[in-house]
Amino acid sequence: MSTARIARHLGPAARYLAAAGRHLAPGGRHLTRWLVIAAAAGLWELWARAQQSPFFPPPSSILARLYHLWFAGPAAHLFLTPDATGNLLPSLGRILAGLAIAAVLGGAGGLALGRSRAGAAYLDAMLQFVRALPPVTLVPVFIAIFALGTPMEVATIAFGTIWPVLLNTADGASSLDPVLADTARAFRLPGWLRLVRLIIPAALPKFFAGLRLSVSLSLILMVFAELAGSSNGLGYEMNNAESSFNMTSLWAALVLIAILGNLLNAAELAAEHKLLAWHRNARQRRT
Amino acid sequence: MLEITGLTHSYGPAGRARPALRDISLAVAGGELVSIVGPSGCGKSTLLRCVAGLIRPAAGTITLGGSPVERVPDGLAVVFQDYSRSLLPWLTVADNVALPLRRKRGSAPAAAGEADRTAGPARAGRRARREAARAALATVGLTSEGGRYPWQLSGGMQQRVAIARALACDPVLLLMDEPFGSVDAQTREDLEDLVLTVRGQRDITILLVTHDIDESVYVGDRVVVLTPGPGQVRADLRVSLPSPREQITTRQLPAFVQLRAEVGRLVRERETETGAHSERGAAGPVPGTEATAANTGTGQG
Ligand SMILES: Nc1ncnc2c1ncn2[C@@H]1O[C@H](COP(=O)(O)OP(=O)(O)OP(=O)(O)O)[C@@H](O)[C@H]1O
Ligand SMILES: [Mg+2]
Repeated sequence: MSTARIARHLGPAARYLAAAGRHLAPGGRHLTRWLVIAAAAGLWELWARAQQSPFFPPPSSILARLYHLWFAGPAAHLFLTPDATGNLLPSLGRILAGLAIAAVLGGAGGLALGRSRAGAAYLDAMLQFVRALPPVTLVPVFIAIFALGTPMEVATIAFGTIWPVLLNTADGASSLDPVLADTARAFRLPGWLRLVRLIIPAALPKFFAGLRLSVSLSLILMVFAELAGSSNGLGYEMNNAESSFNMTSLWAALVLIAILGNLLNAAELAAEHKLLAWHRNARQRRT
Repeated sequence: MLEITGLTHSYGPAGRARPALRDISLAVAGGELVSIVGPSGCGKSTLLRCVAGLIRPAAGTITLGGSPVERVPDGLAVVFQDYSRSLLPWLTVADNVALPLRRKRGSAPAAAGEADRTAGPARAGRRARREAARAALATVGLTSEGGRYPWQLSGGMQQRVAIARALACDPVLLLMDEPFGSVDAQTREDLEDLVLTVRGQRDITILLVTHDIDESVYVGDRVVVLTPGPGQVRADLRVSLPSPREQITTRQLPAFVQLRAEVGRLVRERETETGAHSERGAAGPVPGTEATAANTGTGQG
């Protein structure tokens, strides 16, 4: 449990909180988590103010910078500054486009692969081989193909995030319960009905397991592709901040990326929660 | 209607194959209800899976209405032994029951099919399906459970959903693999009578596998007893009990009691004694019953 690990470093007070959190309702546990984060930030604040280190500005000034850079805009623009619309939104758009391509192609390809025994047998070795390649190493290739810009970045994200979705979905589609498969055959369900009523729902839990990995990968790939050369985006802002030795802005970008990652995860979990209610409940019932 | 000749099946890779069924021959007339009993592992489920066209037997032929079973036949419905795994957990009970109603009707009788097809719009079809599902659930006593999910139901309720699903699609051939194993005694009797009623109302041929010897005699027109695995037909007994059957009075009839004892003895018999009993022999004729050799079973329909 990560709260427990943090607690060990934060002393008895936080440890007490974490222990209390375990006995609380989920809402209470959330509260504890935020308290732990706030306590960590507070300690960092004290330490940074004492040190006056140029590399580690205090969190308060990072948050202030975060706010002024991106969220101090007019209400009409949802409080987004021009900087945010010019950099945050393109980065978010690339992530979503890349993930959408990965989800659609990976999902469809995974279904096809999982359902065709021959396809899986022939392609599996090759897919595993290609997957072993770290996706960021293909950035130079994509730069050569697409030149710098959004298509290159989207291609990088899509190519890097498609593997978890593809292989997990194929796994899910190939492991349909044999009794269900027999049921579909015995009742002579037409092919399309088997696909939408049996194969896709049965593969969905694995699809989402893959997508969860892809979501965290997509952030890495987004930042890396934008660092490699881009005229906007969060990676571009980080490049700028670094070359002008603006550590506060650099940290602000990092915090923003962390927030973005958490939001994407939460969105993925919400979709999963909604679509897989049967899965969660059926599993609880069985154990 | 259904003719099985020399059916033999083994599982496992060639060379190390384990026989599950050996030389089964059985003829079932249209509208007949045949109970199949035999010790666990003797191949009852395997027999049903072969008849359903779900597995291709190693040897022997199965014909249905004169044509060989090579794929899953039209108008088939199955209640699987693994009823709970045969329900789709992501669909409600009502949707589970309605699902097979969307299957393609290969050679539907023209009279019934025409009206359906000319009615055309998909909406009407959907409403008809929902209505049929509701009616089927009502017959198994699950009227108010249609909106729940299978995993929210008890084992016995799930089993009844599987039965409702099979009945809803108005099969010509119904295969039931221990369909009443998880329900209480009262419900079990109700379901036995339900099957008998349905059989009386529609032209439907039923193979029913059961562990319960009383039940095999009570519901069956014939009781087929299989030997311990690999299963062979040990006896094929005709049940000559008056219809309609009634839970209390039928079970009190001397003929019922005697036939039940006879089936019980045949099921319990040791493998070594198999040779001593020809299928025909089956301990001689019992009043109210007659033993028929499997491959001459003519049925009554
Ligand atoms: N898929 C399979 N693969 C390998 N062997 C199998 C398979 N299915 C069944 N068998 C074997 O075939 C034999 C007959 O099995 P089957 O399920 O037909 O028995 P059964 O009469 O239905 O038993 P029960 O009354 O316990 O359901 C058993 O010895 C079993 O181990
Ligand atoms: Mg069985």
